[in-house]
Amino acid sequence: MERESMEFDVVIVGAGPAGLSAACKLMQLAQETEQELMVCVIEKGSEVGAHILSGAVLEPTAMNELFPDWKEKGAPLNVPVKGDDVYYLTGEEKGIKTPNFLVPKPMHNEGNYVVSMGNVCRWLAEQAEGMGVEIFPGFTASKIVYNDDGSVKGVLTGDMGVAEDGSKKDSYMPGMELLAKQTIFAEGCRGHLGKQLMESFNLNKDADPQHYGLGIKEVWTIDPEKHQEGLVVHTAGWPLDNHTEGGGFLYHMENNQVSLGFIIALNYTNPHLSLFDEMQRWKLNPKISQFLEGGERVSYGARAVNKGGMQSVPKLSFPGGLLVGCDAGFLNGAKIKGNHTAMKTGMLAAETIIESIKAGDIANKELSLMGDKYKSSWVFYELHKTRNFGPALHKFGTLMGGSFAWLDQNIFGGKMPFTWHNTTPDHATLKPAVDCTAPNYPKPDGKITFDKLSSVFLSSTNHEEDQPCHLQLADSSIPINQNLPLYDEPAQRYCPAGVYEVVKDEQGNDKFQINGQNCVHCKTCDIKDPAQNITWVTPEGGGGPNYGNM
Amino acid sequence: MKILVGVKRVVDFNVRIQVKADGSGVTTDGVKMSMNPFDEIAVEEALRIKEAGNAEEVIVVTIGPKAAQEQLRTALAMGADRAIHVETDDEIQPLTAARILQALAEKEAPKLVLLGKQAIDDDNNQTAQMLGALSHWPQATFASEVEIEGDKATVIREVDAGLETLSVDLPAVISADLRLNEPRYVKLPDIMKAKRKPLETVTVEELGVEHVAAVKVLKTAAPAKREAGIIVESVDELVAALKEKGLI
Ligand SMILES: Cc1cc2nc3c(=O)[nH]c(=O)nc-3n(C[C@H](O)[C@H](O)[C@H](O)COP(=O)(O)OP(=O)(O)OC[C@H]3O[C@@H](n4cnc5c(N)ncnc54)[C@H](O)[C@@H]3O)c2cc1C
Ligand code: SF4
Repeated sequence: MERESMEFDVVIVGAGPAGLSAACKLMQLAQETEQELMVCVIEKGSEVGAHILSGAVLEPTAMNELFPDWKEKGAPLNVPVKGDDVYYLTGEEKGIKTPNFLVPKPMHNEGNYVVSMGNVCRWLAEQAEGMGVEIFPGFTASKIVYNDDGSVKGVLTGDMGVAEDGSKKDSYMPGMELLAKQTIFAEGCRGHLGKQLMESFNLNKDADPQHYGLGIKEVWTIDPEKHQEGLVVHTAGWPLDNHTEGGGFLYHMENNQVSLGFIIALNYTNPHLSLFDEMQRWKLNPKISQFLEGGERVSYGARAVNKGGMQSVPKLSFPGGLLVGCDAGFLNGAKIKGNHTAMKTGMLAAETIIESIKAGDIANKELSLMGDKYKSSWVFYELHKTRNFGPALHKFGTLMGGSFAWLDQNIFGGKMPFTWHNTTPDHATLKPAVDCTAPNYPKPDGKITFDKLSSVFLSSTNHEEDQPCHLQLADSSIPINQNLPLYDEPAQRYCPAGVYEVVKDEQGNDKFQINGQNCVHCKTCDIKDPAQNITWVTPEGGGGPNYGNM
Repeated sequence: MKILVGVKRVVDFNVRIQVKADGSGVTTDGVKMSMNPFDEIAVEEALRIKEAGNAEEVIVVTIGPKAAQEQLRTALAMGADRAIHVETDDEIQPLTAARILQALAEKEAPKLVLLGKQAIDDDNNQTAQMLGALSHWPQATFASEVEIEGDKATVIREVDAGLETLSVDLPAVISADLRLNEPRYVKLPDIMKAKRKPLETVTVEELGVEHVAAVKVLKTAAPAKREAGIIVESVDELVAALKEKGLI
């Protein structure tokens, strides 16, 4: 089919911190060198920020470099971190405060800000638009467009107005090709096109498999008496056992709100584990519930993070494009911080493009300068320092591994002369269901803990109902014939939005049901399905959560 | 002929509404805002009338804060020709809105004013009717079908008893109901073009309209939460539970 197309110098996929920083830096550099540059950003959320979910404690390093005058310009970094508590929870009732000197250094937060990354992205988008960037929210990059020589030519936006059975509705609007000299992929963790690029260009051939975690987050408005603006709380330990990595966070934001969440590593082994229920019961510990009692939960959401660190970073350039931010995997797993590295790698991509233009034609070329820039940036230095943090937790469990992390980070400054690897992908770690015991989760109390459906409701998620399902099964028999007997179909418990259910059909047989409208685009199913049978593809543009200040 | 379409910036229909702690209203900070869905239908209808050759120009107008220009840009991207922004940070009640639209209608002399039947934020459902009365124009509200023929419009209205067909002389005021049409998706090139279409800003004072706040909101509260039910084991238990509640 002949498609309409539009041409740009640079197309950026994803209006997250990485994509927007790339856009801003491109325009700044173009202005400095007096070049005309046509840049567009496409974003699948209904508006910029609608799909952004982060903690977030922001390290302002990259922001300082991108907009040294961000304060005067009114960037929403309003709450400096004022206190930094770490608790080791030993049970539902108890927790020990970890003395400051025992906390691994990367977890210290002086000089950082408690922010809503969604709002930071909205602000970055305003800056970018002010400099002439075209931002198109509500449009997905559904496919990669290639040249005949195999180089990336751009992306295809998703068709709109397609019915569930694939037929065209009255409102049908075919997708368009957005063509560019260079396409920057900034889709965040487990990018749907990023994943295809890794395969087409074998980008991770020299890297360890990527490792992931799922973060489930809520925002609460709490009793002003209990609110301590700028206080940052982290927890380790309960409710997870020593073999399951993860931890909680609770950040006091502005306006009597707190942002709290729980991240669980997706290399967990017990298929009975319910990520949602772990998060809910974690809130019952008094170290957390003390803040929530009498408060009201206002939003809910979930998003995967990549935590493979330096060992999992793929090659960043390929003919016609670059990978940046969490699409490549630049999150610092020791800190669970990826916003500053996402911003910085976006900026490095912009520098790479502008410097390469000076050296000649960049159209559909591979700009390997990007890799060099990364290697000589503070992002590499930072990831290198913390490279053994994740694998240590994996090797020795969270208690011993945590001790190693402390030694490594506080005494040796991350300079131990070896690098550990963790080569089992997260989808291959589940043990058979019969060999594991199912945790006994408490019933939601409707005050601190809630059920899944009322939670998803607070993510304001919506998808046009009559459209093809965006969660595709390569083999539709696997869930019932393979995953159910072996692992009690874990999708029922890892999906934080209740999308997957095993129900009985009219004949009383088990049936796998996918409630795609509830999907909050966290990407966990794409990562954790033991048979790698589920592929997350882009739904109709604008669908998904409508996060406010997540 | 010209068509004037009113659009309002409201909290997006997907957003779960949060009432402010002090009951003074609902939270709009950091909340996604969009064009009122009924207004989107009104814009779509105006465009279809124009595309059918029955109008030359579609003018969209919004009354609201600076940020409401986003909604005007959306309407321009859908295909409207130009936009008027009546800028105000005040809360605008239906009577003031109707007076502003009346002033604009006098200035622009459209043959048709198309509005959404109501805005989903305050659910007033008054502006179109008030505008009809103020300007002494015929009105056809809750339209589910509009046909323009020369100086007349035939409008099918959705009423409780079924469908009612009206014929009104133009100029007239028509308000759009849900089933009038399905608004189009905007195209990327049109979003870019929309940025260059004319958008004029005026103030309420410049239009010579006096601001009236005839209605005062005393309190905003969330609907009462439904209490969780109980599951009874037997008929006896059910009877006992009902008795306890004083229901039998
Ligand atoms: C619970 C949690 C807590 C965290 N806490 C912190 C913290 O305290 N500090 C910190 O620094 N970091 C934190 N992080 C990590 C941080 O949020 C990420 O590192 C960061 O968001 C990565 O930015 P990004 O721009 O690469 O991707 P994202 O923020 O994921 O943005 C990607 C954007 O691209 C869009 N997109 C994706 N695919 C497509 C497509 N095909 N077409 C169109 N649009 C697309 C998405 O909708 C999204 O808007 C946390 C993460 C989580 C989940
Ligand atoms: S369906 Fe997959 S991507 Fe969507 S919410 Fe569930 S686990 Fe996340």
